[in-house]
Amino acid sequence: METKRRTFVVYVEDRPGVLNRVASLFRRRGYNIISLNVGRTHEVGVSRLTMVVEADDDTARIMEANLYKLVNVLSVEDITGTPAITIDLALIKARVTPQQRADAIDLAERFRARVTDVSAETMMFEITGTQEKIMEFAGELKPYQVVEMVQTGTVSMTRGGEGYASEVARNHKPNATAA
Amino acid sequence: MSTITNPVSASPTAETTSERTGAQTVWETLVRLGVDVVFGYPGGAIMPTHDAMVQYPVRHIRVRHEQGAAHMADGYARASGKVGVAMATSGPGATNLVTGIANAMLDSIPIVCITGQVASPLVGSDAFQEVDITGVTLPITKHNFLVRRVEDIMPTLCKAFYIAGSGRPGPVVVDITKDAQFAKAPFQWSDSPVKLPGYRPEHRPQSPDFARAVKLIEEAERPIIFCGHGIIRANASRQLSEFVEKTDAPVASTLLGLGGFPASHPRALGMMGMHGESWVNSAIQQADLIVALGMRFDDRVTGNLATYARGAKKIHVELDPAEINKNVKVDLPIIGNVRDILEALTPQLEKRVRKAWNASIDAMRSEASAHDIIQLPDAGKLHPAHVIHDLWQLTKGQALVVSDVGQHQMWEAQYYKHEYPKKLLTSGGLGTMGFGLPAALGAKVACPDDEVWVIVGDGGIQMTQAELQTARQENLKVNVAIINNGFLGMVRQWQEFFFDRRYVATPISSPDYVKIAEAHGLHGQRVTRREEIAPAVARAREAPCTAVIEFCVEGEDSVYPMVPAGANLEEMIRRPPTGGQSQS
Repeated sequence: METKRRTFVVYVEDRPGVLNRVASLFRRRGYNIISLNVGRTHEVGVSRLTMVVEADDDTARIMEANLYKLVNVLSVEDITGTPAITIDLALIKARVTPQQRADAIDLAERFRARVTDVSAETMMFEITGTQEKIMEFAGELKPYQVVEMVQTGTVSMTRGGEGYASEVARNHKPNATAA
Repeated sequence: MSTITNPVSASPTAETTSERTGAQTVWETLVRLGVDVVFGYPGGAIMPTHDAMVQYPVRHIRVRHEQGAAHMADGYARASGKVGVAMATSGPGATNLVTGIANAMLDSIPIVCITGQVASPLVGSDAFQEVDITGVTLPITKHNFLVRRVEDIMPTLCKAFYIAGSGRPGPVVVDITKDAQFAKAPFQWSDSPVKLPGYRPEHRPQSPDFARAVKLIEEAERPIIFCGHGIIRANASRQLSEFVEKTDAPVASTLLGLGGFPASHPRALGMMGMHGESWVNSAIQQADLIVALGMRFDDRVTGNLATYARGAKKIHVELDPAEINKNVKVDLPIIGNVRDILEALTPQLEKRVRKAWNASIDAMRSEASAHDIIQLPDAGKLHPAHVIHDLWQLTKGQALVVSDVGQHQMWEAQYYKHEYPKKLLTSGGLGTMGFGLPAALGAKVACPDDEVWVIVGDGGIQMTQAELQTARQENLKVNVAIINNGFLGMVRQWQEFFFDRRYVATPISSPDYVKIAEAHGLHGQRVTRREEIAPAVARAREAPCTAVIEFCVEGEDSVYPMVPAGANLEEMIRRPPTGGQSQS
């Protein structure tokens, strides 16, 4: 069956070891993680993962079912195909001489990147957007020699409607078990 | 020590709100959760808990190796349907549990393993006997917990029991630091439901699924029902029988499903898969509908997936959504408790009679049975299949049998006909040699009135035979049938079939098992000829203590039929026409 890139949004209890459980599940079952981003939400005790994986339809359903089997996982949503804002954040440091700065700033503006640090020999850029846009920007910086690059991993949020985290948090109340 | 009270008789008032140590809290909680026996081994980090145990009405069975504790808790859980409890210290005590935990995980058995951990200030410092056991057991437990505070002990144990026993059952590890066992806190028992917001063990099947199932079943000409372990765990044997009465469909069992449907029923076919009888696998390949109940299409069941039951539509009734379409693509999954689903489904079906389909299977069966080793004379030899068959007859099929892993396990599955659920306990998923004896001791604790037989090979018994002394010290009477062929027989059989008979590392010598039994203060006998079986079995049953019988059987008997790993289900290696022994 045809594999494709999929995005899961996973809400988990914010407690030690939970990320390890998710990562261990994917390692054990041989699922490949392309990108994984974890962070807290506005609800106390709830963290949110954005996972990008490569899988066919059946494997994706089994991944989802296996994620649900983790006791600390509150909800799993496959948002592949749902209209969503999906972005990465990258910091890129390149060797830019004072003479080259004006050109580099022009380049950054074309990609809506921000200059976040300048030294005698380098400039640091902050860029958000799709993987494709970020990699294209990094490519354009190559003539300047990229010194260092870091990415956060993909974060995704579906467009419109109510916040999913609020719904999860509503269920995250005493006696909401075993339903 | 005048303050010791019996917590069971104590009313949940003043007594239950007073201060307790973490160690006392462990027992206060376990007793309230209905635990009356724990299989354990003491050691530094669990000492406070063992020390507090004497104040509580709990039987402690002290094993000889922690692997035995985990298997006993497992055998206890399988035989009783309750949650089994094992207890061990940190480090090596905890790691010795690991094989038993993995065994329970693969067979979905509810056990809770309580381990001591080094004091919390030392956690992470490579302290003496420190092992990160929650890390080690993460992929082989349903869930696990590290408890560092006395206040967390009671709620965590309640969660552990709830998780272990609900939904698809499984093992849970609760690792408790030594300082948490010593620390004191007010103890207040709470009956309120366990709070686990992310845990949803039950699924409610959808009614359109039932309508589709009815249609598929009524359209089928050659349906076959699979009885899996789920039938036994869900206590659904009666519901399965009613379903069979309605559909008149034959029933094939997985290894762990044996006993879920009575072997004497005319529609019972026996075990399917790698060592399933020829008519069972042939029926599966000819069927036009499979109704799979509480099983997971393991590779030992299906053989080559590409050619497996190609003509059959498949209905998969299963508790765990992660099993759907994992190995075999099914037409209709129904997620939920198999007993509830059968109760809802059966009344919606028209009663059918399927004469032609059942007659064709019966014809295959009678043809194959004529060549069965049971029909052959022993000719002065002791064949393992004859030993199992005679044991079945002598015990009238009523014993609780615990088999180990290997050839004898398959002969047991083929020739000991089980009529009732929970009377065959065996290590199916993990295939753990050494499981038999300790699991049988756990089963005997659960079912003291049952006649318990261990059927074990000469390899398996040598892995965990130290537990014979546990049987002696705890006065547990089981009967141990050692099928001694001088080989690690199943591996030898694979070497014979697939490795040009190079018997590398499979010949295995044995101690004198009669002397071993006697050295443990137990009853020991040796049988070398078929006519000695009945009197030896009679003496073993009469012995007041655990009785060991060594059956010195033919060295190179193989289990037939055999579907080689990954082969098509119809490509069976059959017994050579010469009879029992393959040509050597």
